[in-house]
Amino acid sequence: MSKQPKAVALISGGLDSLLAVKVIQEQGVYVEGINFFTGFCVEGHTHAVRKKQQNKPKRNNALWVAEQLGIKLHIIDIVEEYKDIVLNPKHGYGANMNPCLDCKGFMVKKATEWIEAHHFDFVITGEVVGQRPMSQRHDTMPVIAAESGCGERLVRPLCGQLLPPTLAEKEGWIQRDKLLSFSGRNRTPQIRLAKRYGFVDYAQPAGGCCFLTDQNYSKKLLDLWQHRPTRNYTLDDIILLKMGRHIRPKPYFKLIIGREEGENNFLRGYRKEFTHIYATSHTGPLVLLDGKWLNDEDRTLSLRIIARYTQGKNADTVSLDVVDKNGNSQTFTVSPLQANNILHDWYL
Amino acid sequence: MKHQLNARRLLCPLPVIRTQDKIATLKTGDLLEVICTDPGVKSDIPVWCRMNGHQIQNIQEQDGEISITISVQNSP
Ligand code: SF4
Repeated sequence: MSKQPKAVALISGGLDSLLAVKVIQEQGVYVEGINFFTGFCVEGHTHAVRKKQQNKPKRNNALWVAEQLGIKLHIIDIVEEYKDIVLNPKHGYGANMNPCLDCKGFMVKKATEWIEAHHFDFVITGEVVGQRPMSQRHDTMPVIAAESGCGERLVRPLCGQLLPPTLAEKEGWIQRDKLLSFSGRNRTPQIRLAKRYGFVDYAQPAGGCCFLTDQNYSKKLLDLWQHRPTRNYTLDDIILLKMGRHIRPKPYFKLIIGREEGENNFLRGYRKEFTHIYATSHTGPLVLLDGKWLNDEDRTLSLRIIARYTQGKNADTVSLDVVDKNGNSQTFTVSPLQANNILHDWYL
Repeated sequence: MKHQLNARRLLCPLPVIRTQDKIATLKTGDLLEVICTDPGVKSDIPVWCRMNGHQIQNIQEQDGEISITISVQNSP
């Protein structure tokens, strides 16, 4: 008896990768999954932090998908290596700061290295021709296969019938007529197929699989780059861009203002890395100072902005504590700024 | 042997990644206690353990910290 072919699938946690694996499993192939953690993933983070979402069940969708399929999932931290993709994408960015074509190529390359190290036969992705404006076009899908070094070992089961035959078909590991011919942005075929397989409660993220496709997030990332000596970033930098309200009154500092209790608690965890501020006379947010105040006016302006976000916004005065990274604390009393004095341009 | 992993302040999926990487260095029968603050681990770490054959011995929650003890079942 010939050996059972083995494939590894890129699992984002969405419906497409779930279906792609199922289509291949049905042909008797042994599948394991890989999920890459870039730091920009929509998974986790804000969902985990924000108190108001805590009544919703929390789960990692990639793990959930793998469990539905009965496959092993390897979650791989690529935060460091991925920086080069975000900072210097050869194929440029999409509508926002999303370097989708380079990103997909990089992930398929990593998966190819994985199959070579683990003696697997091919790589599966849930890509669909014409579904995404950058990485999933008829002319760019071959670019991913070529630049990743995966070549013929890359199988896209959801649209495989529309693409040239792959090694898995040529070797007879899978049958071409059992692959699908989905194309375009219409999700109806996927939803119909999910129903046929009996999958319910799957995640359907709007936009993309990461924050880089989000316009507001991209604006904050660009702002970060513009106001730092280098564009390099840390994992904390990119996580903090998902938290709180960001207000930049001056080029050399911005305020990160917690929007609710969960975010306040999370931001408090950074009190040894940033100066933090909170109101003592009224209930209010926890605020981090990113950058520095050059003079007393900067400090007063910041405190008046923050006072505006406390329950004392209509009071004559609000008292606030400013605590530096070493825990040294000073109390100040200011009058809250009127809403129309917080300039629109300051909001990121 | 009992080992401990500090995953406080890490947000999912990082506690799962750190657990996965730590377990790869352990032997069958070892115990790993993972201490986390992201409530998502209560679902994610057990799912990851189920799919990899490790056993959850205990999940405790106190003062905003979640402690999960795993009995490692690595193949030799
Ligand atoms: S949406 Fe994000 S993770 Fe998905 S391909 Fe684009 S850059 Fe990569």
